[in-house]
Amino acid sequence: MMSTRTVRPLFDWPIVKQAIWGAFGKLDPRHQLRNPVMFTVLIGSIFTTLLAIRAVTNPGEESAAFIGGIAAWLWFTLLFANFAEAMAEGRGKAQADALRKSRQEVMACRLTSNNVRELVPSSQLKKGDVVIVKAGDLVPIDGEVIDGVASVDESAITGESAPVIRESGGDRSAVTGGTKVISDSLTIRATSSPGDSFLDRMISMVEGAKRQKTPNEIALDILLAAMTIVFLLACATLVPISEYSVVLAGKGSPITLAVVVALLVCLIPTTIGGLLSAIGIAGMDRMIQANVIATSGRAVEAAGDIDVLLLDKTGTITLGNRQAVEFIPADGVTAEQLADAAQLSSLSDETPEGRSIVILAKTKYGLRGRNVEELRAKFIEFSARTRMSGVDLDGREIRKGAVDAMENYVREQNGDFPRSLKDQVSRIANLGGTPLVVAEGKRALGVIYLKDIVKGGIRERFAQLRQMGIKTVMITGDNPLTAAAIAAEAGVDDFLAEATPEAKLALIREYQAGGRLVAMTGDGTNDSPALAQADVAVAMNSGTQAAKEAGNMVDLDSNPTKLIEIVEIGKQLLMTRGSLTTFSIANDVSKYFAIIPAAFVGTYPELNRLNVMALATPSSAILSAVIFNALVIVFLIPLALRGVRYQSVGAATLLRNNLVVYGLGGFVVPFVGIKVIDLILVALHLA
Amino acid sequence: MNTSAWMEIGLFFVILIGLVKPLGWYMARVYAGQPCGLDRAIGPVERLLYRVSGVRSDEEMTWTTYAVATLVFNGLGVVVVYLLQRGQQWLPMNPQQLGAVAPDLAFNTAVSFASNTNWQAYSGESTLSYFTQMLGLTVQNFVSAATGMAVLIALIRGLTRRSTGTIGNFWVDLTRSTLYILLPLSFVFAVVLVSQGVVQTFSPSAEVALLESTTDAEGKSVTTQTIPLGPAASQIAIKQLGTNGGGFFGVNSAHPLENSTPLSNFLQALAILLIAAALCYTFGDLVGDVRQGWALLAAMLVIFVPMLVVCVWAEQVGNPRLTEIDVDQTSNPFQSGGNMEGKEVRFGAAASALWATATTAASNGSVNSMHDSFTPLGGLIPMWMMQLGEVIFGGVGSGLYGLVIFAILAVFIAGLMVGRTPEYLGKKIESYEMKMASLVILIPPMVVLGGTAIAVSLDVGRASVTNPGPHGFSQILYALSSAGNNNGSAFGGFGANTPFYNCLLGAAMLISRYWLIVPVLAIAGSLAKKKYTPPSAGTLPTHTPLFIVLVAGMVLLVGALTFVPALALGPVIEHLQLTATR
Repeated sequence: MMSTRTVRPLFDWPIVKQAIWGAFGKLDPRHQLRNPVMFTVLIGSIFTTLLAIRAVTNPGEESAAFIGGIAAWLWFTLLFANFAEAMAEGRGKAQADALRKSRQEVMACRLTSNNVRELVPSSQLKKGDVVIVKAGDLVPIDGEVIDGVASVDESAITGESAPVIRESGGDRSAVTGGTKVISDSLTIRATSSPGDSFLDRMISMVEGAKRQKTPNEIALDILLAAMTIVFLLACATLVPISEYSVVLAGKGSPITLAVVVALLVCLIPTTIGGLLSAIGIAGMDRMIQANVIATSGRAVEAAGDIDVLLLDKTGTITLGNRQAVEFIPADGVTAEQLADAAQLSSLSDETPEGRSIVILAKTKYGLRGRNVEELRAKFIEFSARTRMSGVDLDGREIRKGAVDAMENYVREQNGDFPRSLKDQVSRIANLGGTPLVVAEGKRALGVIYLKDIVKGGIRERFAQLRQMGIKTVMITGDNPLTAAAIAAEAGVDDFLAEATPEAKLALIREYQAGGRLVAMTGDGTNDSPALAQADVAVAMNSGTQAAKEAGNMVDLDSNPTKLIEIVEIGKQLLMTRGSLTTFSIANDVSKYFAIIPAAFVGTYPELNRLNVMALATPSSAILSAVIFNALVIVFLIPLALRGVRYQSVGAATLLRNNLVVYGLGGFVVPFVGIKVIDLILVALHLA
Repeated sequence: MNTSAWMEIGLFFVILIGLVKPLGWYMARVYAGQPCGLDRAIGPVERLLYRVSGVRSDEEMTWTTYAVATLVFNGLGVVVVYLLQRGQQWLPMNPQQLGAVAPDLAFNTAVSFASNTNWQAYSGESTLSYFTQMLGLTVQNFVSAATGMAVLIALIRGLTRRSTGTIGNFWVDLTRSTLYILLPLSFVFAVVLVSQGVVQTFSPSAEVALLESTTDAEGKSVTTQTIPLGPAASQIAIKQLGTNGGGFFGVNSAHPLENSTPLSNFLQALAILLIAAALCYTFGDLVGDVRQGWALLAAMLVIFVPMLVVCVWAEQVGNPRLTEIDVDQTSNPFQSGGNMEGKEVRFGAAASALWATATTAASNGSVNSMHDSFTPLGGLIPMWMMQLGEVIFGGVGSGLYGLVIFAILAVFIAGLMVGRTPEYLGKKIESYEMKMASLVILIPPMVVLGGTAIAVSLDVGRASVTNPGPHGFSQILYALSSAGNNNGSAFGGFGANTPFYNCLLGAAMLISRYWLIVPVLAIAGSLAKKKYTPPSAGTLPTHTPLFIVLVAGMVLLVGALTFVPALALGPVIEHLQLTATR
């Protein structure tokens, strides 16, 4: 299903080129005002630039070159942060452009109220308009099929090349603008206006144009703003304090404004501040790369908090089809006889179940498939009325079908339906399987055990989820006995059997009342109430318009297992923010050691003992800290875009790992980095 | 440093931690309204008080009502103490016939005692009458401590209640804190102190003959000495237990009639941390998981113990300049050794350093030695302990609610790191909580650094400095750190009783106490409204060693990084200059 996913390289040259230009465009103060940390840097950059200009004409204690150096690197700090954001947006835009190509202006055939057909441009269609789309035409707008059946190529949206069937009524009635009808024709009622279609919303989400800050991002922003104010205070008060220290010590000169600004920018959390919006956009982008369109960033974030996953059994936990796993002969019948009859009756049965019977007969009893033509057999197709299928050949009448239908069939011919067979039938049902009875004439030969096949690896997946603290609940229409058997085999934590839409809704409400966040997938209109109630609701793209409206995400691949991936992407988004915040704060220790001795060494030469990195000169020390502070943003762009690697382990282990890497790392790395930059500056005679 | 000093410090921790559970458990029962053993004795008094004052004890308050009650009550306290000082010459129990206190000093003192700071710009024996001390200051010693405890309990209710708008009743919390906890403990402790020779009398100062006569500055012969007396023991008991710290006498617990013996010294130091430490257990008990309380206590100790070791070490090593000129600073059976300037011989360097660390870790501020005379490194510790925001033990109640705010911050960042919207004790931490928590971490640095900047920029600010070099700056920084974190201890020698400092420090004490209480109560109110999220494997456990380290790290990084530049120009450079090889 995911074969169509395109993995974009991290640094795509056209995107990089665009992002470089974008970085300059984003210097607009109105844009920077959104982010208090970077706005402070902007003010600092302007201020030091002015100081540098003044120093050219009116040399003070610091050389114009030194102040200019600080100013330049402060601008770089801003540009690097802008570049990160532009990169993240650019990657989204590339995706959007691809989508936009499919949104061509087409002429639509509109049906007016008095059934007259008229040609209008698709941009003039309104919600409620009825249009007719013929084979070969593009669907002009999102809508609902009100008449007709047709196959539609939705590859423009989903990337899936196999056409899908769209028909009026039921769960397959939604069509998306930009998809192509390849056979027959459809009458469609528009469900959205131009500019507000699914595609439009998708594009604007991808481009980040409508990006709102998510609740968690706002909370982090507040913390970062508070820290910025605290450090602003610490730096601003340093001016009078250092003046007084000069008076007390009787030598040296007070700290210069350029150094105060340098210290400030180094201390405020620029690393996380600069990358924060890039992380958010990249999170959305990763969702889109997984072919999931979220209607808001809030939904992506909520995905990381999910406590309970409601998963439909069919398609998510089990393969959609049942498979034959055992032939159980009746008394006096050999297994081979049963297998032979079962195989014969299934030779022309093209359903997956029928094929699995042929395969089982071959693998277990060595019965090769016989040529249907040579046998000159007459095949009886399955019908809803008889509820059985079979074959007539050489006077033999072999039938297979549902238990009660077969029992009637045997009894009608005065045959005997043995008690032992009935026991087998109920045993299979208890195991969660489906029994198929095979009979030849009036003689019941035995039972075929059709089994729900749990998807490979799903059990391990659920175990991982359990470790992450997420409970899995299987939703199925099966009876409780069958459901329990499958639930046990798949390793889910709980199940809801004989599920109705109302029961689903009630279950979600019950979990939510207990303070848990619930995620689910759905496709049918009858899923809509539950989808609307769930905290994270993923609608299948193949589902109805109502389901898509009710959910807050749409999975273009219509793959119910995607929910697990969505949770991981949500968690990754928060983790990346947290880890880089920790890194940013831990960085500050080293910057003090670089800047404080350098700033006051004139007043108190003894402070040089705190110069533990043995940085060459005061100005090289300050410049190195500022340069490191700017460069670290660049080095962390890939991490911001890709996200911190997610591991399915418990919270405590995850915290320990991330604390070691980003906390301890954030403490140690700048010591090394600043020292290296200092060595380079000295080698280049720049300071 | 000798073995007995180590043993004293070791015993200190053993007894302190041993008392945490019984006292914490008792306090939890008091606040939960369960029988606690003293009900029959105190219950009638409690009910009488409610009846007289018209308080309906079952009435619940929203956080805003609770905050208004707190502020109004404390505001009234300030006014009453101010008026008592201004009119003490007309009031009884003034055997020394002391006059009215100057308006700026009276304001400073009133704010100081109401805010649980007990910064003393005055010298008790020569400024305040017995009446003012007992009815003004001692009453405030009780109720200011009880206010801190009440706010903590309100915050705990916020954490434990679900989907409700109320966080308890301020009047009930205040009354129960005072009647059931502070009064009985203080009574017992005062009696013990009296047994050690701490004075408790209403007699005027005693006039005693000197053993050896001396001459004064004008060459006149002096044969007698005036020894100030007063009802000290009762005030000292609550001064230590309620983390107030305001001494009866000017030199505080260095005075032989305020702190007479090594045993009284040991017990007073213990009393400084006792309630603050035990409240951690109360917290754990009330939130239904005692591990949460022990974790917070452990986070306090993780910072406190290393700081204590550094301080004791610095004081015990002594002054290297004195070592150079062959002064014996070693510890031996005949002397405690180390830096003895400004320390009492009966206590010695180690017990003084222990006290200094404890009194500044808790927002107590009483002293048994002069912090001004500590070695630069030894003096850095008390200053830094205050700058951490008084959350390592801190004031009774206020220290723990401060630490809970830091825990919320730690949970926020740690929660992000594990990929979940952060939760603390089942309550989601969202932008409103972060906004309020940010105010809490913003205010102390703002007050301390802002105030210091103002003081060093003005001549009136510089004039009070009595030391040359960086130590002069340290004096100002210490004063602002003390007032701005409601500690109350001082670098002696600093001329604090000027209109400028009385007003500046008075404002600092007001802001840092009440601006913190409001956002804390706001968080309590907001948390109380939230639903409870049951923990799962994806929830970050908040009682593990990892989390303890994280909270301690948060306090150190967020609380203390701010002060590094200022400290570098004060005690740090002093230390580097002192130890520089010449």
